[in-house]
Amino acid sequence: MSATTQHEPHLPSLNDEPEQLDFTVTESRDARRARLSSGVLILVVGVLLAVLFFTTTGISRFALSDAFAEVQLPTIELPGRLTVALCAVLCLLAGAGFLSGRLRGRAPMIAGLVAGLAVTLGFLAWAAAGKDLPFPVANQLAGTVFTATPLILGALCGVVGERAGVVNVAIEGQFLTAAFAAALTGSITKSIWAALFAAVLAGVLMAAVLALFAIKYLVDQVVLGVVINLLASGLTGFLFDQLVQPNSRALNSGPVMQAIPIPLLADIPLLGPVLFQQTILVYLAIASIVVVWWLLYRTRWGLRLRAVGEHPKAADTVGISVKAVRWQAVLVGGIFSGLGGAFFTVGSIGSFSKDLTVGNGFIALAAVIMGRWHPVLAATMALFFGFVVQMASQLQTLNTPVPSQFLLMLPYIATIIAVAGLIGRTRGPAADGVPYTK
Amino acid sequence: MIRPVAEQARGTGLQLKGITKKFGSFVANDAVDLDVRPGEIHCLLGENGAGKSTLMNVLYGLYQPDGGDILIDGRPVRFADPKAAMGAGIGMVHQHFMLVEVFTVAENLILGREPGVVVDLKAAKRTVRELSERYNLPVDPDAVIEDLPVGVQQRVEILKALANDAQYLIFDEPTAVLTPQEIDDLMEVMKALRDEGKGIVFITHKLREVRAIADRITVLRRGRIVGDAEPGTSETELAQLMVGRAVDLTVDKEHAAPGDVRLTVDELTVANAAGAVVVDSISFEVAGGEILCIAGVQGNGQSELADALLGNIPVLSGRIRLDGRELSQASPRQSIAAGMGFVPEDRQHDGFIGSFTIAENLVLNRYDTAPFARGAALDLKAINDNAVALRDEFDIRTPDVQNLGSSLSGGNAQKVVLARELSRDLALLVASQPTRGVDVGAIEFLHKRIVAERDKGTAVLLVSTELEEVEALADRVLVMYRGGVVGIVPPDTSRDVLGMMMAGVPYEEAQALAVADTKGKDA
Repeated sequence: MSATTQHEPHLPSLNDEPEQLDFTVTESRDARRARLSSGVLILVVGVLLAVLFFTTTGISRFALSDAFAEVQLPTIELPGRLTVALCAVLCLLAGAGFLSGRLRGRAPMIAGLVAGLAVTLGFLAWAAAGKDLPFPVANQLAGTVFTATPLILGALCGVVGERAGVVNVAIEGQFLTAAFAAALTGSITKSIWAALFAAVLAGVLMAAVLALFAIKYLVDQVVLGVVINLLASGLTGFLFDQLVQPNSRALNSGPVMQAIPIPLLADIPLLGPVLFQQTILVYLAIASIVVVWWLLYRTRWGLRLRAVGEHPKAADTVGISVKAVRWQAVLVGGIFSGLGGAFFTVGSIGSFSKDLTVGNGFIALAAVIMGRWHPVLAATMALFFGFVVQMASQLQTLNTPVPSQFLLMLPYIATIIAVAGLIGRTRGPAADGVPYTK
Repeated sequence: MIRPVAEQARGTGLQLKGITKKFGSFVANDAVDLDVRPGEIHCLLGENGAGKSTLMNVLYGLYQPDGGDILIDGRPVRFADPKAAMGAGIGMVHQHFMLVEVFTVAENLILGREPGVVVDLKAAKRTVRELSERYNLPVDPDAVIEDLPVGVQQRVEILKALANDAQYLIFDEPTAVLTPQEIDDLMEVMKALRDEGKGIVFITHKLREVRAIADRITVLRRGRIVGDAEPGTSETELAQLMVGRAVDLTVDKEHAAPGDVRLTVDELTVANAAGAVVVDSISFEVAGGEILCIAGVQGNGQSELADALLGNIPVLSGRIRLDGRELSQASPRQSIAAGMGFVPEDRQHDGFIGSFTIAENLVLNRYDTAPFARGAALDLKAINDNAVALRDEFDIRTPDVQNLGSSLSGGNAQKVVLARELSRDLALLVASQPTRGVDVGAIEFLHKRIVAERDKGTAVLLVSTELEEVEALADRVLVMYRGGVVGIVPPDTSRDVLGMMMAGVPYEEAQALAVADTKGKDA
């Protein structure tokens, strides 16, 4: 028995509980700047609402169900001025909270959320106040889901690719090509399913172009994405002019998906029309969110995919082929963007016209980043954008005294505020956009 | 002493025969022979760039050799990729951990060897617990890697290799990132693994560690095996084998003759980009003619302290005075003008531009003033002459100063940085990890120049995580821990005490513990 055991000094050793090197956290310059600018923005919006308060007269009415619904829900009536005033106060409080810097933990997130909701509600209450027609809430929500469908699918495409480390700026191009292929195939075959299949094939083919140059030839992925978008626009434009336009009756009159109500579920008041009286594509998009989440977080493939996007060398050293996983990810992404592209033709209007995707691919990309590369968050962001777009078209039916362009700005400001409060600093996959070579 | 070869019964182990690996015209490994038997620790010693890592990457299937064979128990094997090597029982603990930082321990452990299509995290966590119990390497399976201290991350890296049933373990420079105590613990782990019958290759350039643990030593220089050494070989002899000439490991320096205080740091507080207060209200002084070493485990605020002194990151509060001038809000340019020389921690990112010529790199801090600039134009001849003079003075090994900076080895690149900073009169030299990634021969030179600068009356602040360097150069040692000062101690403080201070134990307490420990050992 040695004396050592009795005198054993307590040394920090490998067997101790893991010790954290935690430093007191203060606010960095960047964080301070972000906090102050969010605060100022929210305050400005709050002041705007306060100004709108003086022009609000009458009752704001919100119809929870449309005229054709079997079960009629009541139309909610809110006192316009009071609602606007309340929302303005909430905004001002949230803004002051940001500026004071006293918000800790979850408080900034909640304040951001409150401010975002208050802006939306206050603005709607003002717009609907004293109008003959109530604001159609059910239409707004059902339209949100419908409009967001391609955005959700595009965002999922982006999430899968970027989580594996391949930046996808080419979602727009994949949309456009798929939309074209769907319209053409649908016109020829008169089959929705054939059109969907063609769209997926087109999406995957465009994805293969991206994968080939990004993964095999290590081309800068952002530049590559832009080039693919130009290629898609040029290619579909050329084929449209030369082939489709002269025979538009035969080649550009595809079938249009009809809403398929799901038995029982479709009869649920409010929720039914919003979620369960939609087209196949909408159902597919909602299912895809769950599928992508499951693939990424519950399967071997997803674990490897995320590893490849974070630390490709680590994946390589445990025998995972980085390039193969990235190829798979980009091609699987192509399936989703292909489906998303089909929305623009067979999913909504049936026929193709030049550049008809009008930037939806880029909005989907924004949803990816704002959704922190997480499928559910990204889809939520896509829904948010869908909401904004839908609101814009709803508001045109209500007659508001302010120029419509200005009105359309406000929801986007709400988006920025919500994002600043909810998301804060984002960190993407560490190896996103970095080509892998041994 | 070589341990008795009882292992013979278990086969001849792992053998590398005549391994050659070329990158273009550069021969990284030239017909290298090496063997590891189960139950021994074989040290592979060599300078940076000697070809150790290349050799191990060949063994681990990351590189394909241009010639030579790998044999396991006498049977030749070929590893097309790391998976094949792992399948043959070879595991690697990488210098830069091959861990996905945002994954949990369990996820990292099963990555690449998941049994089913659907990931079974419960089973993975069970495996982590079993392995960590069996090998006495405690770690929480649910912890996310980036939240763990470096020492624990390394534990995960070791567990990862063990999870693959590795019989042969390669440790690639495993001690570079550890505290002295963590190093001791790692040594114990390696010994325990050896006693379990694992064959261990331990790659390092730190002579002390080799002597502490090696059963056999092989020295690699410029891609070739230059010899085997007994574990008892002295550090001087090992250094000589490694470098190829006699090396003076001790730095001759006179006792410091500190003059007036030149640098005063008062209650300095600095936060990093994420807002963490990484330098927390610290105060110290450095006199002309003395070297103050900032010792500490990496990540305890030393880098940020150095950066803040230069003005590279903003100071939250506190004062920095150099020769009476207030510099706490100064830009790097103002600090340089005030007489501050700066050797940055990371040559690759700061302080050296690989795509510029050596001559240009040598005037990066003064290109806009006479004699290097005339009005808006550069005086290329003056710049070239300056470079030639500095090349000769600082022994920068390059045929032409107009070659690109990237053509230089790490040691020579560092000489360029130091030459540039020392080529003008300084009030203060701040040197961060000046010998990291530098070979033994160049270390000797860099150390001498830093001491010479001190003797000129310059105040020197040296940030180092290497205790050898601290002992060799410091006139006083300031130990940092979690952004604060643990204490300022004389350079002859024992390693045990310094090590404990680096883990946050105050000086008096650390000394008491060290004394108790020695007594305990004597008894």
